[in-house]
Amino acid sequence: MDEPQSTSRKQQGGTFAPSQRGRFFHWLDLRTGVDSLLHAALDEPIPGGASLAYVFGSGLLFLFVSQIITGVFLALYYIPSADHAHTTIAYITKEVTAGSFIRSIHAYGSSAIVIVLLLHITQTFLFGSYKGKRELLWFAGCVLFALMLGMSFTGYLLPWDQKAFFATTVGTNILSEIPWVGNALKSLLRGGTEMGTLTLSRFFVLHVFMIPAFIFAGVAAHVYLFRKAGAAGPIQGNAATLKQSTEPFYPRQVLFDIVFALLIICGLGLLAHFSPMELGPKANPADTQYVPRPEWYYIPVFQWLKYWEGALAIVGILVIPGFVALLFVALPFLDRRPERRPWKRPAAVTIYAIIFIGLGVLGGLSHRNDLRDPAVASQLAKQHEDVVSFMKAPFEPELAGSSLAAANVALANPLAAKGKDIFEQQGCNACHGDGGVGTAAAPKLIGVGAKYDGAKLEALLKQPNSKMTAGGMPATTDLKDEDMKALVAYVQSLK
Amino acid sequence: MLEGNDGNSPGAPPATSRDVSLSSPDRRSFLGVLLAVGTASVAALLSVPLFRFVLHPLLRSTTPLSWAEVGSVDELAAAASPIKKLITVEQRDGWRKIVSEKAVYVIKQANGQLTVLSSICPHLGCSAAWHSENNEFLCPCHGGRFGADGKLLGGPPPRGMDRLETKVEDGTLKVHYQYFRQLVPDKEVIA
Repeated sequence: MDEPQSTSRKQQGGTFAPSQRGRFFHWLDLRTGVDSLLHAALDEPIPGGASLAYVFGSGLLFLFVSQIITGVFLALYYIPSADHAHTTIAYITKEVTAGSFIRSIHAYGSSAIVIVLLLHITQTFLFGSYKGKRELLWFAGCVLFALMLGMSFTGYLLPWDQKAFFATTVGTNILSEIPWVGNALKSLLRGGTEMGTLTLSRFFVLHVFMIPAFIFAGVAAHVYLFRKAGAAGPIQGNAATLKQSTEPFYPRQVLFDIVFALLIICGLGLLAHFSPMELGPKANPADTQYVPRPEWYYIPVFQWLKYWEGALAIVGILVIPGFVALLFVALPFLDRRPERRPWKRPAAVTIYAIIFIGLGVLGGLSHRNDLRDPAVASQLAKQHEDVVSFMKAPFEPELAGSSLAAANVALANPLAAKGKDIFEQQGCNACHGDGGVGTAAAPKLIGVGAKYDGAKLEALLKQPNSKMTAGGMPATTDLKDEDMKALVAYVQSLK
Repeated sequence: MLEGNDGNSPGAPPATSRDVSLSSPDRRSFLGVLLAVGTASVAALLSVPLFRFVLHPLLRSTTPLSWAEVGSVDELAAAASPIKKLITVEQRDGWRKIVSEKAVYVIKQANGQLTVLSSICPHLGCSAAWHSENNEFLCPCHGGRFGADGKLLGGPPPRGMDRLETKVEDGTLKVHYQYFRQLVPDKEVIA
């Protein structure tokens, strides 16, 4: 840093004015105020200068945007229904050009967000950047943290494969430990007492519409409060030196942030390319052998819950995590000293370290337990084999519903089978569709047997009512009696 | 300015100070252009898989031409009159497949060659059926009549019955099932 110089963009704009570009910029600025917007965005002062320690926040913003883009694109092919979700994800993974890559970027992106978020929180904590009128800023960050955990929890179910289904079954079961309202909450989230297609719809809506809306609001609040409070800067240094080394956000910090974003996307890209996200076989709720394991960042919590049984469960599941969460949210209120150097804040740093080391130890214990229990280890190995063989198998398209109706007509009843031939000979299928599925020209016949008995059907075929005639239905008069019986039997068989 | 100063970051001055070399307009704008071009190229690179993802249905035919088996050539060639055959047609529609049965008629031409006719009447799309007692195809809807070779004999249809593309593989007759536009005098594929 040489001698500090105070210039604003306005003054610079003045020096540009004569040039063509300057004139255009001036014209645009008069109409949009882009100059002051750029000024507000880029000239934010960073006390002590740009630093690699400050890249995590913008890294999270970058990842969030990446998740939105990849998520929107995935929605081009995805269907949130228990019938189709797994097929569509398999289609994306196995068939669609670059589908596996984009899905992997999205799925690994959630892990990347967790990692960068932990780095962001740790940096904020160690630098004591939550201090000094930044309680609301910290609180908005906590809300975003919770929303992000909600995003990863709801997103995990969407592929509807075995691990998604069973991990979410366990995850939602935890809710029922909450006294009084637990079961009601669980049913509300699942859309019923059991996991099913309504659970998938709810998780999809939460994942794609509701939580993202809250995240947008949360990010806006977080960034606004951050700009209001100003960058906290380094943890020590006297006012004079800090003032001297203050530099604006642009260009050096912008450069750091861009480099970090590049590192993230390169890492994700390499991972997605060389180790694409897997998809397991479709969820089978009847499987009683399946050993579910949550995503890696939930493993410590999963292990923690193992230690709390019976009457104590509520302590482990609700009281202690609730207390830790409260402690976390209330941090800026509890730790009010202006001191920011971590080595002068031993109590806070120790508690923080204990919690994170504890989570790490729990994760390690879970891993060790799985390895040591031969039954679990072999089941997990089998599950992995299932995933590998599913991934190797070519994509199997789903048989469309209308096909099934047609295929059903491999009829057990020989009379109905004969009726099917007559149905086609007479050209009934030209309007009513193959297998009586209906077309634009005439309604479907599936289920019509429940409405009319055989005699009535025969009568209608011989002499259609006025509504049918108006729709173009001809009278069937040239059929032999036995053929008419067969045709009626066939129409009745359409279910 | 959005940002304010607080008591705990004593260094943050209200005015910004910066490196002279970076603040000179030329250097700053050069860096800005460099950054803009750099980020734009990376963004363009990143959008390549997204474009390919979106364009997948256009770049790859989602309803590939599938050949449906009709039956053994020897067996079909032995028949004197048109034979009705139900063929199974499989269509791909994105991640699903639609399996349907279609009725076709196999006829033997004068030179002994087998031809497959779609049973769909070119008038309004009803199924024409072979009536051996009259030795002709009859459409049950509006009385279209076709000869044993599929040629139009009478009634409202604008053309004869539509021939389907065939091939023989390992003694098996295969057909490429297609739909044709109705009410026009010339055969025109619609799907």
